Amino acid sequence: MSRKRKETEPTWQDMEIGCVVTSPGNATQYRTGDWRSQRPIWNYDRCIKCGICYIFCPEGCVNLNPEGDFAADLYYCKGCGICARECWTQAITMVEEE
Amino acid sequence: MRMIGMEGSFAVAEAAKLADADVIAAYPITPQTHIVERLAELVANGELDAEYIPVESEHSAMSACIGASAVGARTFTATAGQGLELMHEVLYIASSLRLPVIMAVANRALSAPLSVWGDHSDVMAVRDCGWVQIFAENGQQAFDLTLCAFRIGEHPQVLFPVMVHLDGFHLSHVVEPMSLLEKSQVEKFLPPYTHPFALDPDKPVTMGAFAGPSLYMEAKKAQDAALRSAKEVILQAWQEFGKISGRYYRAVEHYRSEDARVLLLTMGSFSETAMVAVDELREQGEKIGLIRLRLWRPFPFEEICQAVGDAEVLVVLDRCLSFGAHNGPVCSEVRAALYPQEKKPKVVGFIGGLGGRDISVKEFQQMVTRGLERAEKEIKEEVEIIGVRE
Repeated sequence: MSRKRKETEPTWQDMEIGCVVTSPGNATQYRTGDWRSQRPIWNYDRCIKCGICYIFCPEGCVNLNPEGDFAADLYYCKGCGICARECWTQAITMVEEE
Repeated sequence: MRMIGMEGSFAVAEAAKLADADVIAAYPITPQTHIVERLAELVANGELDAEYIPVESEHSAMSACIGASAVGARTFTATAGQGLELMHEVLYIASSLRLPVIMAVANRALSAPLSVWGDHSDVMAVRDCGWVQIFAENGQQAFDLTLCAFRIGEHPQVLFPVMVHLDGFHLSHVVEPMSLLEKSQVEKFLPPYTHPFALDPDKPVTMGAFAGPSLYMEAKKAQDAALRSAKEVILQAWQEFGKISGRYYRAVEHYRSEDARVLLLTMGSFSETAMVAVDELREQGEKIGLIRLRLWRPFPFEEICQAVGDAEVLVVLDRCLSFGAHNGPVCSEVRAALYPQEKKPKVVGFIGGLGGRDISVKEFQQMVTRGLERAEKEIKEEVEIIGVRE
């Protein structure tokens, strides 16, 4: 499913009757990254690419980036810290958002 | 069409039958019980081909009606008093999802102390729930307006649930002469119900999804704009109904109000007693008239300003006590509507008829006398209950 990385901003005239949702998948527009107070940072020297961060992320936002390293999609990452808690090699650190 | 004698509740049930409702989900509660009892009977004996769902509460009744309406079924229910309050949160869902559930409310006081008798406390507690709300003044009107409610609510430009208010006992339990319509007339008046987003596996939609702060306000503004613009369709429907029945309805009704210096304003069945009071005061030479709010939501701002005309004093009766408020809900609303007008009458509010207490013709006349006194002496506003023992 393609992720639309932008929340649409319809006017009230654009709203469907009863605010019904007519197409599937638009929950992917929801910028849950706004909730974050900490972000996960990977130390790729320690990372063994076991993928446990990918498996445990409740938001499903940890994926391999084009360089082949695990990273969180910050549009969705809520900063829950589960990836850092579960990482075998402690390759992930949670750092305060500015 | 010949006149027959019929109880108000049975007439409402008859309207739902003539409209050929598909689904009725209801829970019995006094003074509404006769409506759903009669409908259960009509379904049981095969006179009405509908799904009758005897639910375990009013909350479930409204929830079942919403589900039925969402798949495109013509849906009807009825309730009163505590039952309406138990539906409260679900009422907002029906209007926000734009599902035209039609409901008769046999207006009843709210506990405690327990009262099964009539007043408008139940209506006023759900005033802002986004439904079209219409008041009947007698059994004939309860029949007519219930039938019209289907046409209004289901109109593609409206798609809102509609409440038809009939005063508990005074209308629900009184046998009156009335004239019903033929099935063929109703079929012409009431086209089949189709919802543009009715639930359909071949055309799936999500109803009642989550909306964050970036969407909710737009959704609510759209809902409010739609309810306001529904007024045009409501007036058209009543016009069309008039053509087939000879009985015409308006958002604000007038009675001997043309040259009136003093106007009474009422809502519901007490209007007919007020008419008698107006007739008697007219005979004594008082230039008095009566206006009656038929359409409570969407509120008819223009019509109310027009109806008030050049009157100097407007005496408003509320059958609901808004505890700790400046005045009754109808009085507060009417006064607010008139406030921006350059020329406006002095608005004096009275509370009365609570928990089934009658207001006599004499008491209406006292209200006028006392109202004039309060207006002329500019007596500081305080909630005044007519007929309360001091």
